[in-house]
Amino acid sequence: MTAATTAAGPHPIPADGGALPRLLPPACRPAGLAAHLGLHGPLPYRGAARALIADVRASGLTGRGGAAFPVHRKLEVVAAARPGRAVVVGNGAEGEPASHKDEALLTLAPHLVLDGLQLAAEAVGAGRAILYVRHDVLGRTRIEARISERTATGLDRVPVSVIPAPGRFLAGQESALSSLVSGAAAVPRFTPPRVSERGVDGRPTLVQNVETLAHLALVARYGPAWFRSLGTLSEPGTMLCTLRQADGSVTVAEAAIGTPLATLLDLRAASAILIGGYHGAWIPVRQAATLALSNAALRPVGGFLGAGVLAALPARRCGLAEAARVARYLARESAGQCGPCRNGLPAIAAATTELAGPPLSAHLDPNPSPPAAPHLSAHLDPNPSPPAAPHPGPRVLADLTRWAGLVEGRGACHHPDGTVRFLRSALRTFGDEVGEHVRGRCTGSDGRPFLPVPAGRADGDEGS
Amino acid sequence: MTGVSSSTALWYASRATGVVSLVLLSAAVIIGIVVSRPACPRGAPGGRPPGSARLPRFVVLGLHRNVSLLAVAFVAVHVLTAVADSFVSISLAAAIIPFASAYEPLWMGLGAVSLDLMVAVIVTSLLRRHIGHRVWRALHWLAYVSWPVAVAHGIGSSTDLRRAGPLLDLTIACIAAVVIALAWRVTRARVPQPRSRPAPELIDAGARR
Amino acid sequence: MTSRLRVNPIACCGHGLCAELLPELISLDEWGYPVIAEGTVPPGLTREARRAVTDCPALALALSPEPDRGLAGVIRPETGRSES
Repeated sequence: MTAATTAAGPHPIPADGGALPRLLPPACRPAGLAAHLGLHGPLPYRGAARALIADVRASGLTGRGGAAFPVHRKLEVVAAARPGRAVVVGNGAEGEPASHKDEALLTLAPHLVLDGLQLAAEAVGAGRAILYVRHDVLGRTRIEARISERTATGLDRVPVSVIPAPGRFLAGQESALSSLVSGAAAVPRFTPPRVSERGVDGRPTLVQNVETLAHLALVARYGPAWFRSLGTLSEPGTMLCTLRQADGSVTVAEAAIGTPLATLLDLRAASAILIGGYHGAWIPVRQAATLALSNAALRPVGGFLGAGVLAALPARRCGLAEAARVARYLARESAGQCGPCRNGLPAIAAATTELAGPPLSAHLDPNPSPPAAPHLSAHLDPNPSPPAAPHPGPRVLADLTRWAGLVEGRGACHHPDGTVRFLRSALRTFGDEVGEHVRGRCTGSDGRPFLPVPAGRADGDEGS
Repeated sequence: MTGVSSSTALWYASRATGVVSLVLLSAAVIIGIVVSRPACPRGAPGGRPPGSARLPRFVVLGLHRNVSLLAVAFVAVHVLTAVADSFVSISLAAAIIPFASAYEPLWMGLGAVSLDLMVAVIVTSLLRRHIGHRVWRALHWLAYVSWPVAVAHGIGSSTDLRRAGPLLDLTIACIAAVVIALAWRVTRARVPQPRSRPAPELIDAGARR
Repeated sequence: MTSRLRVNPIACCGHGLCAELLPELISLDEWGYPVIAEGTVPPGLTREARRAVTDCPALALALSPEPDRGLAGVIRPETGRSES
């Protein structure tokens, strides 16, 4: 993946004008420590544990890692621990392949994140602070150098250790993270007890997404009223979004919650949009044009913000083929600990693949991956007739529906639930396409993969 | 002569319950071998215990538990009658502390070892919910030590089990049955069990269709 | 006092004893893993529920005295709602 993630995108115009961006530095140039302190002022330590929590509660800040859990509630639970016992983790694992906002933030405004980490550590009386970031991101952002800078000037009160995160989808899941930091594998654990009660090494652990920590650092400086001056009443503030436009460009932008989606994504060339990443939901483009960037607007149509991934599917792509590729990826990324997920997700992925039909790349790709026999004729014939493979039929749909119902809620984490949400929304949004596929046809004409999916072992047509 | 006959009665009771214990312990081990399944590590479930509509799994597992408890009961009587009996002097301590007996220290000692291991297995099984699955499973393996030691104790302590006759046949039958069960289990474990997780290759191969 | 059955899906190996002991509340899916009926355990079945909990070879089943709060556990597939 190229580094085309650092510019602010097509500018979302906030309602009150000019107060954006908050997290991203001016002109989107990485802010060094001196510049950061010059821009935002000194790190406002409160001098006592819990002192910050009231402001956080008043601000209404929720987690920006996907779950949108109220930050003050987590702070309160962890702050109940003995002084020095709690652990704070800044979660920058960004296991979602389509998301780049955490890396962008760590590149452009690392000191906001590290400020937030210190403030959170003070608020819960933590004795240990950890930054959890993927190896390759560690290298590109050189975050360890930033931390050393702060230690050298005595800015950080709680020492920060960096722990590399594996590049897996579930690596950022709270209990998987806690498990890895404690020295075991990065796979989810059964809850209760939650990580905020017993996490790293059995200690109460506060896990917050790096973007959440950055917002926290600003709330501590400018106060809850300032934070609430953008966004909606029930969902105040701004958020970082990874915007994948239909023309293929990818940018990270900061937008006020409640911004109309049409302002962020160019919907003209799109047939559908995906919101919330690979555990999110597909929404038809006509409907998307009426929606805003908020959970309140999205939940009624089955969507949710998640970690802020917004993708516009180009009109000529087959949505089912994209959904099938992602479904195969999600099945591969199962931790494999729970029977329903371990069995159900591959079944769902295989059924979706069958529904999506033969890869369209046979038409357009000059170097197709070795196809099965029926597709050879498709490659040579400019007007291919429907493939000789049997039509998937309504049986596949019935299987899919049954399996979706069987895996939902029966895992130790939300991986099967998110996968089902993604798939159900795909079947809903691409309903007409499903009808075509059941009859052995496909309306898509561009078989190139659009959504980024790390390659599997046998898949020849995965995107980067 | 009542003193002698009551002592003889206790002595015979001890030997009789000893034989029954041997049979029951062998049965418990065999059922255990049949029902046990490999632990279920991530990605490779151990498989379901044997059972059918007419003989549900919980009955089969219950059989293992009940036979084991019955065996323990008989072992308890076996030990207590041997201690109570005055024909030979075996103290209660000797029954529990290996090789502390004045009478036949080796064979009684083996009996004590077997008893101690058996108590560990039974107690941990009764307290399974409190010690967790992994600890329980690790300690339950001691049953495979307890049984042969018990057999050795029986053969060494009782001349009847060594002389040709029905008791020797019974002993040989018990040993053979356990060995056969073990052999069956070991060879079955070599056969790869069908895994319920389709390999990722299968998922991706579907993409070519 | 009501109680609720919950399975630890990581510990569960699909042995299937729970479904034999408590067919009114537990059935097995096509892969052999338990599907637990939503709601609390009716008082008449508490004894069988306790037995199922004790007999689970993997110790994966638990009976908790109060209802779940905010944890993904039992959900109704048809409504598609999950508690979380």
